[in-house]
Amino acid sequence: MSARVGVVQFPGTNCEQDVVWAFEQLGARAEILWHGDATTRGADAVVLPGGFAHGDYLRTGAIARFSPVMRAVAEHAAAGGPVIGICNGFQVLCEAHLLPGALQRNAGMRFLCETVEVRVETTTTPLTRLARPGQVLRIPINHFEGNYVCDAATLARLRDEDRVVVRYVDNPNGSLDDIAGVCNEGRNVVGLMPHPERASDALLGSADGLVMLRSVLAAVGVPA
Amino acid sequence: MAARRGPARPARVGTIGGVPSFTARVDITHLPGVADPAGATVERALPALGYTNVSQVHVGKTIRLVVDAPDADAARAQVEEMCERLLANPVIEAYEVTVT
Repeated sequence: MSARVGVVQFPGTNCEQDVVWAFEQLGARAEILWHGDATTRGADAVVLPGGFAHGDYLRTGAIARFSPVMRAVAEHAAAGGPVIGICNGFQVLCEAHLLPGALQRNAGMRFLCETVEVRVETTTTPLTRLARPGQVLRIPINHFEGNYVCDAATLARLRDEDRVVVRYVDNPNGSLDDIAGVCNEGRNVVGLMPHPERASDALLGSADGLVMLRSVLAAVGVPA
Repeated sequence: MAARRGPARPARVGTIGGVPSFTARVDITHLPGVADPAGATVERALPALGYTNVSQVHVGKTIRLVVDAPDADAARAQVEEMCERLLANPVIEAYEVTVT
């Protein structure tokens, strides 16, 4: 049985085909979930890919949060199913309150498109379970609003509960505490700014993202 | 806080089907303590034009809308609800509603 990965597409999403391709290379069945349909169609894992959902108008993710599919995503998350938000998907999950904090414009006001190093800080999430603690991965970022912020109490909780999933080795965007990705209390919802699907083949410059994609498949019962 | 005005004030936009309408302005700013990269960038640019006496530059946004409501208080309450649910992100932003 191959794992079924649902990849959400909002109007303005532009990384859904890359995510589908990357998971299919690993033997998964990946399908697009249109934002207007309030269902995850039985997917084992749900990915919110990058892009500019609903044009990023008002704030990144602010409109997408109200798309019908998000009700189904929230139910999937509440049932313990893995939900991964990549870049714009991370922003959507924060706006939907499935993850704490928010992502605002990069310190320095530059759109960043480069490969960065991130350190795996916890391996008890569906995105990192096959990685080694402390493992450094080279993965591209591609964002203007990747500057993670939350209040002091939230940051303390994230640290105490080991919920910072990945940190930047060399902080590119001003994110609080070098945070590149976090998870929810149940550890099944993970958001990160780097794009693991863009580091899924040596031809792309790095295959370091594969361990994350394989982790997602392992989390839904596919042997590594 | 902005002064509240009753429905009979001239600023009232009009009446649709017997329900008065009000203009509302929402000013959205960063919460204190939350970094404001746009404001910081503008603040660094101003001295280049000779404005060396400027500090605490803040870049926020303004949203204007017209609301049909029985009175100004009802209009304000509804716009504040919109702010909590959509117009602002209370995690990083503060908002102020002015109804005229």
